[in-house]
Amino acid sequence: MTQMLIEAKGLARHYRISRHRILHALDGVDLGVARGATLGLVGESGSGKSTLGRTLVGLQKPSLGQVLFEGKDTAAPEPSFMARLRRERQIIFQDPSGALNPRMTIGATVVEHLRVQGWSRADAQSQAAAAIEQAGLATTFLSRYPHEISGGQRQRAVIARAISTDPAFIVADEPVSALDVSIRAQIMNLLHQLQRERGLTMLFISHDLSVVAHMCSDVAVMHLGRIVERAPRAALFKTPRHPYTGALLSAIPIPDPARERQRMRIILKGEVPNPANKPSGCSFHTRCPRATELCRSVDPPLRPIGTEHQIACHHPLE
Amino acid sequence: MTGEASTPLLKVENLLVAFGRAKAVDGISFDVAPGEMLGLVGESGCGKSTTALALMRLIRDAEIGGTAHLNGVELLGLDEAAMRARRGADIAMIFQDPGTALHPMIRVGDQIVEALTAHLNISHREARKRAIDLLRKVGIAAPEERFAVYPHEMSGGMCQRVVIAMAMACAPRLLLADEPTTALDVTVQAQILELLQGLVREEGMGVILITHDLGVVAGMTDRVAVMYAGAIVEMAATEELFARPLHPYTHGLLRSIPQLDSGWDEPVPTIPGSVQGAELQAGCRFAPRCAKASEVCRTPPALREIGENHFVSCWNTP
Repeated sequence: MTQMLIEAKGLARHYRISRHRILHALDGVDLGVARGATLGLVGESGSGKSTLGRTLVGLQKPSLGQVLFEGKDTAAPEPSFMARLRRERQIIFQDPSGALNPRMTIGATVVEHLRVQGWSRADAQSQAAAAIEQAGLATTFLSRYPHEISGGQRQRAVIARAISTDPAFIVADEPVSALDVSIRAQIMNLLHQLQRERGLTMLFISHDLSVVAHMCSDVAVMHLGRIVERAPRAALFKTPRHPYTGALLSAIPIPDPARERQRMRIILKGEVPNPANKPSGCSFHTRCPRATELCRSVDPPLRPIGTEHQIACHHPLE
Repeated sequence: MTGEASTPLLKVENLLVAFGRAKAVDGISFDVAPGEMLGLVGESGCGKSTTALALMRLIRDAEIGGTAHLNGVELLGLDEAAMRARRGADIAMIFQDPGTALHPMIRVGDQIVEALTAHLNISHREARKRAIDLLRKVGIAAPEERFAVYPHEMSGGMCQRVVIAMAMACAPRLLLADEPTTALDVTVQAQILELLQGLVREEGMGVILITHDLGVVAGMTDRVAVMYAGAIVEMAATEELFARPLHPYTHGLLRSIPQLDSGWDEPVPTIPGSVQGAELQAGCRFAPRCAKASEVCRTPPALREIGENHFVSCWNTP
């Protein structure tokens, strides 16, 4: 068994939205990311992807369950372990404009990030310069304000801030979704390169399965707060076993008119269920073409089907 | 289906939209045949939405030039009252974000009724009946009940269906769909695209589909116009454009899309640089990012036909 750098055990996060209603954003998630691996996390909006990412880096506390870092519980850490956790776990957000203070220069933003972790001013400044160069920007960008640079450059600045503390684990929450196609490829290649050079462990959250295919060695699929399938990339894309994964893959438009027009597409009927009012049994049964009476009453647990492939389904695809 | 010899439904010539010194749309010409779907693609800021808004006459405080004939009527020269009579009746628009396209405090059914009674001389009772029919037509279950709900009570996909029902209410001849599925999940996107395609076939209206998603373009459109920094740089039948992209920008754009099922471990090809400031560039606006750029690119290239109905504006294309 490979050593997991970060691990979720029975992780749940509930939000009370009115006196009698509770939204289960995370509903019992078990998930580990091995050191040096990049795990892709996909699913529709509202499936709990971002909540899981934020909980894994400690921006949110779980309602139930544990987050383990190097096998140690992160719930009530010793001060020295806490300091390390802050340094070792970083996050990159979707919208780089919202993630940067408009009234601070890029340099001041990165330096502040390091100063709160206890770096001296001089060390923080040289570290910020090194980080911005690794993110593919010239050091002259340190004196620029966010509005003075393009969206792709802003995302590089956010990446520079995240890698400046030399973290072991990064959550990248839709890091290229707000970017144009030609810029998206640049940022994907940068993340790939950083991951390889620094041996980073990454959780890569995206709703775009083509991007995930290029970034990740393993993929986990979320549906309404649960992991419903997890597999190495090739297995997940070539032989998906959960009907939801199958439908997600089939819904992606392929930029090739000849293939796109001949495809058999599974179009899901009905609505994405409301996370605050989840269906009984398997939460996908309302839209699933294979659902039976069993699915309406019994929620299938995530179980292994093969060495590295797990699914939560009563009637998997062949 | 290409823009055949029959009289076009819409004929746009030298459309120009300038906000001060910045020409957001710089003299573009294209046409749309009845029953044809034209894709308008390009990255953010290239002028695709501005083109649609100009055709709808929804832009104020800008210098607008050129002509746009819809069924022989010049839209850009109409006075506000005459335009108001056309808007919704002959030319309708679907916006990207259904959340903001609907009035949050008016029941969705009444919003459709308003669109109907504004243009058709029918009783409120008749309009209500037609609105319910429209809701049914766009795939909303129990339309009599859904007539009375507010937008916040519906999902994003449902709201977009209502927006489509409103746009279709008076059976317009031309539909402008501005990123109609960008804000939606892929599974819902597949539903909405299927709906749009069916409605368009049934009604035989002309459509301009604005999107940055080349996968959507590949599956939906008959013809594609690629925009870069306010100009159309290439225009051809969809299959022709994907099979034989001639402009270096189109070529780069197609290459930079990560493929779902191939080339996972290779770096994604990129287009260097960014579009920022391109509208102020003299000569070919793509030249600073173009590998083929040469001396001749200092003179702006014109859109010329170099194959049957295949237009490109590049000096260095054979």
